[in-house]
Amino acid sequence: MTEKHLDAELHTRGTSLYVDDVAPPAGMLHAAIYGSPVAHGRVKALHLDKARKAPGVVAIYTGEDVPGENQIGPVLPDEPLLATDVVEYHGHPMAMVVAESDEDARHALTLIEADIEALEVITCPRVAHEAGHILGTPRTFAMGDTAAAFAECDVVVEGRSDVGGQEHLYLETQRARAVPTEGDRLRVYSSTQSPYAVQKACARILGLPTHRVEVDVIRLGGGFGGKEDQATSWACLAALAAHKTGRPTQLVLHRLDDLRMTGKRHPYSADYKIGLSKDGNIQAFEVKHFQNSGAKTDLSLAVLERTLFHSTNSYFIPNVRAYAASCRTNLPPNTAFRGFGGPQGMFVIESAIAHAAEVMGIDRAEIQKKNLIQEGESFPYGQQAERARAVRTWEEAEEGFEVAAWQKDIDAYNAKNTATKKGLAAMPICFGISFTATFLNQASALMHVYTDGSVSLSTGGVEMGQGLSSKLVGIAARALHISPERIKVETTNTTRIANMSPSAASATTDLNGSATILAADELLGRFRELLARELGVQDAENITFEDERVYYRGELTEWTWEKVVSQAYLSRVALSAHAFFATPNVWFDKQRETGRPFAYHVFGTAWTEVTIDLLRGTYTVDRVRLVHDLGRTINANVDLGQIEGGLAQGIGWMTLEELAFAEDGRLSSFALSTYKVPDGDALPEDIEVRMLEDADNPVGPFGSKAVGEPPLMYGIGTFFALRAALRAAAPDAELHFNAPMTPEKVMLQLHHQRLRTLWETPSTAAPAAAGE
Amino acid sequence: MFQRAIEAPMTTHVEFWLNDRRVITDVPDGMLVLDYLRKDRLLTGTKEGCKEGDCGACSILIGEVVEGVMRYQPVTSCLTPVGEMHGKHVVSIEGLNLPGKLNPVQQAMVDRVGSQCGFCTPGFIVSMCWYMMAARETPTLEGFQRAFSGNLCRCTGYAAINRASLDLVENFGPGGQWASIWEADDRLSALMEAGLLPGYFAEMPKRLEAIGEMEEVPRDDADVIDFFVAGGTDLYVQKGELLPRAQVKILNRHPEMKGIRRQGDTLHIGALTTFEEFGASDEVVAFIPQIQDYLHLIASLPLRNRATIAGNIINASPIGDMTAIMLALDTTLVFARGETTREVELKRFYKGYKTFDKHPSEVMTELRLQIPAAGTGVYFEKVSKRRCLDIATVNSAARLRLSDDGVVEEASLTLGGVAATPLWLEKTGAFLTGEVLTDALWREALRIAHTEIAPISDVRGSADYKRLLATQLLTAHVVKAAPERVSLDAMLAI
Repeated sequence: MTEKHLDAELHTRGTSLYVDDVAPPAGMLHAAIYGSPVAHGRVKALHLDKARKAPGVVAIYTGEDVPGENQIGPVLPDEPLLATDVVEYHGHPMAMVVAESDEDARHALTLIEADIEALEVITCPRVAHEAGHILGTPRTFAMGDTAAAFAECDVVVEGRSDVGGQEHLYLETQRARAVPTEGDRLRVYSSTQSPYAVQKACARILGLPTHRVEVDVIRLGGGFGGKEDQATSWACLAALAAHKTGRPTQLVLHRLDDLRMTGKRHPYSADYKIGLSKDGNIQAFEVKHFQNSGAKTDLSLAVLERTLFHSTNSYFIPNVRAYAASCRTNLPPNTAFRGFGGPQGMFVIESAIAHAAEVMGIDRAEIQKKNLIQEGESFPYGQQAERARAVRTWEEAEEGFEVAAWQKDIDAYNAKNTATKKGLAAMPICFGISFTATFLNQASALMHVYTDGSVSLSTGGVEMGQGLSSKLVGIAARALHISPERIKVETTNTTRIANMSPSAASATTDLNGSATILAADELLGRFRELLARELGVQDAENITFEDERVYYRGELTEWTWEKVVSQAYLSRVALSAHAFFATPNVWFDKQRETGRPFAYHVFGTAWTEVTIDLLRGTYTVDRVRLVHDLGRTINANVDLGQIEGGLAQGIGWMTLEELAFAEDGRLSSFALSTYKVPDGDALPEDIEVRMLEDADNPVGPFGSKAVGEPPLMYGIGTFFALRAALRAAAPDAELHFNAPMTPEKVMLQLHHQRLRTLWETPSTAAPAAAGE
Repeated sequence: MFQRAIEAPMTTHVEFWLNDRRVITDVPDGMLVLDYLRKDRLLTGTKEGCKEGDCGACSILIGEVVEGVMRYQPVTSCLTPVGEMHGKHVVSIEGLNLPGKLNPVQQAMVDRVGSQCGFCTPGFIVSMCWYMMAARETPTLEGFQRAFSGNLCRCTGYAAINRASLDLVENFGPGGQWASIWEADDRLSALMEAGLLPGYFAEMPKRLEAIGEMEEVPRDDADVIDFFVAGGTDLYVQKGELLPRAQVKILNRHPEMKGIRRQGDTLHIGALTTFEEFGASDEVVAFIPQIQDYLHLIASLPLRNRATIAGNIINASPIGDMTAIMLALDTTLVFARGETTREVELKRFYKGYKTFDKHPSEVMTELRLQIPAAGTGVYFEKVSKRRCLDIATVNSAARLRLSDDGVVEEASLTLGGVAATPLWLEKTGAFLTGEVLTDALWREALRIAHTEIAPISDVRGSADYKRLLATQLLTAHVVKAAPERVSLDAMLAI
């Protein structure tokens, strides 16, 4: 039972409900958004008259109509809900049409015109950095003395590494429905990972106290970080329309609008310098990360911080200097995406290691293995590796998957085949768990027990497919010692749980699960006191629960769960508990850039094999085998799904998923026909996931570890496997560290030499002579 | 045009069965089945993921009686007009549900956790159930994968869905508890017995028969029609927001324009023939034995069930996959306007980007081609960012015949994505014909081919990349056709 995904039955029948699946309330209006047609410009005029007269149109709102503050920036106040004077990215919302139907609203959009004086468009983070367009303050993490260390190194290499962004492509686009209730109140149904952020922002733009806005979330059709902060504006817009018109209003973004109006994973460009001794020990590493933040701050500064935290991935490097800056460009504001800047940081150190290995003529894996972080060694931000499992997962993968023999097979294959080449690459990962903004590491749970013994559980966590509800049921059942069938996880609602942190940072189960255990403990504590009275004993601590039965000093009593609950009610013992959890022992000092930001780290190692078709430049990802550190799993099936799904997104990010922006800042991969995420055919069938055994985690609920983000980073191995295959095909080719490695890049790097020989040299052979 | 139409969109009384309910509706002909299901019927199990046929979240089945037997096909409801549903059985996810229990496909997906956020799941269930209804042989993992090749899942990475498929292969395959289903004469009845389909499916043939022919008001099409809708797979992507309010003519109400027949050495292909129908034709398989493998690279099953060959040609995309193949086959197009008909060679049809030799009121009724002589190979190559369900960066087709001593007797070569129109390489073909094929001749042919193309850089690839692909894909054909004459190693070494 607890090994299932509890929503799956509803999903397979098509009866699970998303925001707009709930039958619409009578008189519901539909909103559609007019986005800027240019990426940067000063707004001279916005012509709305024709659209106002279009059939079905009820109202059109602009920034002027926002009754409260026209501002939704979560970290820095730089993000108006609707742009007024200046537009800063293509698709920047400028006006909202509210109409009787979605079709009417969208038709009216076509009648809106904007006069905008075009301003300079910057899409490259290096150019923005040069021009001083920097959000917040650049940060530097440092440990040791890199300059001195480089002087002592046998090998020093420098280079550049670029990694693209990534569209979340949650199958359910952004959406919200706002329903006015009595007395200037609103109930907002939102597809958000962050109900409290939506609640606060709605109140802010409407000029209302927070308690006037209730936010309710049933589930999300995928989030992946894309709805952590960026669900907020759409919910606010629906709320604005509902508040102004007094009628329920729904806003569902069409896919093309979602693609062009919302931010994505941050692209990064980086310069690196790595120094090693000749035996392959990394002595020093310097990196400068230029984050392409897009036009608004959004969560970029926090993403940037995590890039720094993961700049050395799983390795211990004694001398490190890592600089990072959020560079403001005219792209949609980039935002959270599974991994939250960590993967981008890891890509650079992996590039540097690959570069060094090629220069030194040694195996990349040899350098990786030699430098894995060990117990007690420090990360560049001061935290020491505790229960370090980098070496363990590496060795278990190396032995368990017989990597030496595997590599030998691949070498033999490459020696024999001229039309195709294979590559194999390792990718160790080390990912810190906790919100790096320490204050967010808190959660509440509200547990009601009804007199029939059924249990209602509310937490601040949002079900977005990751299986949170299934895990919470598993945790609550275990904590209460009752059958999971008795437990129902409720929608996430701001009136039941206040001030919740977003469902993000992989920490949702850790935080809300821990709060759930506390709530269960509180209830059981009350039941023990009650039972001690009933049993006429003093030592309540010797009353235990198991399988819905009560034991006293190990002996079965006649008390069952239902009987206890019923007696508690009759005895006027509270059957509800609210519990609060705050992750202990995490802190970070931003002045000194040092601290203990993470409750623990997740480790793992993956090996990836690919094959390139040299004629067509296409490739297949053939197999991925990995050893992952999950602690003690709460729900093995759900966790396996997170690992495989994360890996799939990582592979997509490194291979097919290419966000293309034209020079004018327009997204040219603006539809699913041009932005390709992996389909079944694009992913390996041969995936083997081994969970690290005997790996406890005293900090996680019931010894478990967070699972959401870390597996995505195994996908980075695909890039290096493709590079290995390219090397096998073209040992002297100039190869770049530039992800994603699309078929185009494979082809151009493979055949760089012959790019023009075929069509730019004049024909010499006469057709008649060609037949020899 | 559209402004006028918005006042009074064309409606007709369309009668069909929606799951277990009879429906008579007069919503506009051009309204999407997806919108009808979700908005008018509140059947919200069918999800909107992209509204351009690229994600499969809105997959449904459409059933009709073909030669006395119910046949179901998966389509994306986001590209399918309600006006075409007359006399059909429309099955949404809700119509596959059994009261109070899961069917074996649903159960396998639950058992293997093939569903996470759930938004894509109904589409997968529809595709997988369809495969159980339509598979010709006992189910295989690959069969399931091809059946759901048009369905995107962003959560699972498909591994768990593959495991669910393997459960079904085991249970329904040889030695499984339901293996007998594959021997049954009436698959649908057998599936009803196995609890995979609800019992009401048994009633459908006679229910559909009871629906009469649709009465259409004759009218002068040229004056009132905003859009001719055939498969709709491109039209709805380009003009989707206009169609529900426009006057549309549903061409698929004209089954006389469907089907493939052979007359002597000429193949007559009805303009409304879908990609899948083309690939399923024994006549076609006889001279293109690899057609199924080629089709796997083109669109997805639900789209191939809708997309018509004529539509692909009229869409005039420089990278139309089926167009590339039809060009290599030297196809002639037949157009009708009122009583008059006219023929145009496909290789002379295109005049420039999206412009061609056709009067707006002409309708393509048929395509004709000569069946290639024995020993002729028909080849198709396509490179796109993603192998399946993607638009080509460059595609190429070839019809090649060589004599025993290596003389090129026929060389019809095409390239897509390297010019404003689909290209038939006239000079290259002429150069090759009559010559003995060698590495050197082929190199020279490539040089000539490069004088015929003019690729531009766009979101699908840089001009350099497209030039390289043109070289490589043309080479792939000859290496396949005559590996002993043109060696891949020699070509890779150029």
